[in-house]
Amino acid sequence: MTPLAGTLLAVDPVPWARSQMAFTLAAHIVLVPLGVAWAFMALVANWRAIKRDDRDALLLAQRWAKYMAVTFAVGAVTGTVLSFEFGLLWPTFMGRFGAAFGIPFAIEGLFFFLEAIFIAIYIYGWKRMQPWHHFWSGVPIVVAGIGGTVSVIAANAWMNEPSGFTLDSAGKVTQVEPLSVIFNKAMPYQALHMTVAAYLVGGFLIASVYAAGMLKGRTDRYHRLGFLIPFTVAVVAAPLQMITGDALARFVYSNEPAKFASIELVPKTSSDVPETLFGHLDAEGTVSGGIRIPGMASWLSDPRTGTATVVTGRNAFASDDQPTVAEANVVHLAWDVMIGIGTLLTLLAVWYAISWVVRRDMPRSRLFLRIAAGAGILSIVALEAGWVVTEVGRQPWIVHEYLRVKDAATTNGGVWITFCVVCAVYLAVGTTLILVLRRMSRRWREQRGEEESDVPYGPRPPLPAPVPGDEVPIG
Amino acid sequence: MSALVAVVLFFGVTAYAVFGGADFGAGFWDLVAGGAQRGQRPRALVDHSIGPVWEANHVWLIFCLVVLWTAFSPAFASITLTLFVPLTLAALGIVLRGSGFAFRKSVFATRERRGYGAVFASSSVLVPYCMGAVAGAIASGRVPAGGVAGDWWSSWMNPTSILGGVLAVTVCAYLAAVYLVHDAGRLDQRDMVRYFAARATCAAVVAGVVAFAGVFVLYADASYLFHGLTSRALPLVIVSALCGLGSLWMLARGAYRFARPLAIGAVAAVVVGWGVAQWPYVLPETLKVAQAAAPTATLASVLVVFAAAAVLILPSLGLLYVLDQRSVLQEPPADAHERGGDARAV
Repeated sequence: MTPLAGTLLAVDPVPWARSQMAFTLAAHIVLVPLGVAWAFMALVANWRAIKRDDRDALLLAQRWAKYMAVTFAVGAVTGTVLSFEFGLLWPTFMGRFGAAFGIPFAIEGLFFFLEAIFIAIYIYGWKRMQPWHHFWSGVPIVVAGIGGTVSVIAANAWMNEPSGFTLDSAGKVTQVEPLSVIFNKAMPYQALHMTVAAYLVGGFLIASVYAAGMLKGRTDRYHRLGFLIPFTVAVVAAPLQMITGDALARFVYSNEPAKFASIELVPKTSSDVPETLFGHLDAEGTVSGGIRIPGMASWLSDPRTGTATVVTGRNAFASDDQPTVAEANVVHLAWDVMIGIGTLLTLLAVWYAISWVVRRDMPRSRLFLRIAAGAGILSIVALEAGWVVTEVGRQPWIVHEYLRVKDAATTNGGVWITFCVVCAVYLAVGTTLILVLRRMSRRWREQRGEEESDVPYGPRPPLPAPVPGDEVPIG
Repeated sequence: MSALVAVVLFFGVTAYAVFGGADFGAGFWDLVAGGAQRGQRPRALVDHSIGPVWEANHVWLIFCLVVLWTAFSPAFASITLTLFVPLTLAALGIVLRGSGFAFRKSVFATRERRGYGAVFASSSVLVPYCMGAVAGAIASGRVPAGGVAGDWWSSWMNPTSILGGVLAVTVCAYLAAVYLVHDAGRLDQRDMVRYFAARATCAAVVAGVVAFAGVFVLYADASYLFHGLTSRALPLVIVSALCGLGSLWMLARGAYRFARPLAIGAVAAVVVGWGVAQWPYVLPETLKVAQAAAPTATLASVLVVFAAAAVLILPSLGLLYVLDQRSVLQEPPADAHERGGDARAV
């Protein structure tokens, strides 16, 4: 090995491995709500299209299916990268705990398979399948999407609350109880929270596109429907998410006190702990800045004991067994962002609900549409923030109290190079994805009024003749 | 029980080679199809042929990874530790390939289609090469067990890995061409049938020559595998050779119906032969399958999931392939509402 190559490949891999995992997960998680929730919304539109012979709904369902084809493909391949990365970045983790951690993934594989098969049938089945057969071919996508989410989250929850295995003196897994691995303590809370999140984010994100269109004056029935279906889904999900989030937070309070101390920025164990909005912790362990609501953190942790509830502080843990001060600040900030956005989105949901109850219509004001148009991005920020809370809050552990992140990482010194390459590739793919989706939408807008030769659920088209030229797809 | 799970793993590897491999091979033919004008029809056939099935086929890779890391975690850790470079390249190639393909289908301008198509097609060659190189590295005993990394460069830049990579690319191209002949026939595109039949024949001959040369490479570079292939795996090697020759003969006679199963047989026999030749090692001569195996309950879970897959997935896959082969699955309609058709026709 040349000296240069030696230097280039001798960089500490741990921070780069963490960055690469964080970056690729952060990218993939944006596609998750689309993969999980979009099929459901397309089916709602599809159902309406068949039941009421609604052309606008039919057109929506078809276009959504086409967008889904693109986002699902990118989601599938970015998800595959994560499978590689478990080994490439964390070989010791997989080598030691794969026998337990892998089990939920085996089940996830099953759901992913079903999803990939039926999404293909649904996307390609518009023309020649019977309407109801075609509709039902979409239902497994919804089921598999939820099943897949629950399985992956079960694996993540296991990292927070490892259970269902026995180690020998050398630290090797000698016995596994698969059901205790899957149904670990954190699993129900986290799985529910993420599943609702997928519908919440997917709903707000898709609705935001149509809200933006309506702001630009595209207020036809098609755009209205494109807004109402996903927005209604999100409006149902938003208050539900407050409940699942609250339950999860209380679970973390009881079971993952080190994470909770970082979330609430509690330096010392005490009762009557204030809820600090923003603010930050310094190296001496004092909290400065931010707005303090007296006793609120204690009260929220357990309303039964109110402000007398004792919250374990960071002083209760050895400094290398809990997030660093910087990490705690990140966790706390992410927490505040998630809660803040969640509250805002719930208020938006309430506005919408009141308007329906009172006027039997969505709110008419432009302010509502403006907020709704921003809600898509906001909900993604909240999703990312929530994931930061659970992942950074678990530091320095990869398997809580069993394996540290730094001991789990690969020894390959070249990870910083792959990190840079991965970033470049993902940025390119992400940008292109957005451009392609916009291009599709613009193309369809321009096509309005033009004659089309394709009939959905129509008779078999004639076989294509060989045609010279570039823009004639066969089939 | 570990042996049974190893069989399940190799079932996945074989399925990935036979189905996923053909999708990669289709990308190869896309790459060499020539300019936008000349390559338009073969590319359209490739699009049409793999569009509905490639994602489902791709899941076999996930299946293999998951079974490997759950049931044989120490082997997975060793493989990913040593073969960091080719596996990273493969992962990036998979991203570029999948997104390139999806993007190309969604845009209509020639220039853009060409760009995405080039990304899709070139990564379709990169990925099987890397996978083949990884297989070669494992088979030639260059992945050490026990949490130490083998050589980051020579572990996959060696005669057996290069053989594995080249063989993977040619075999994928061969499979794909045979499938495309069939699909062209199904769509009544006579010229495309001739086009891909000629290429299938070429690819078959090249794959045969590479495989034959490979015998000497393995003799010199991977003695354990060579020994296995010439003893207990010999029947499979012979089956593969016979199937390969048979499919060539069927191609020459124009009996394309029979060329396809024979081509599948040739590839499947080689992959299974690799597994049998390597037995009882997961990493030849350093880690045995039984040593690498997870605790019994984990192995049992993998088998239960596999059984569930057999009940749920195989019929679903069958449905997908049948619908696809009967041309029920077509490009989605463009815009419907502008025209006056009845949405509930049929």
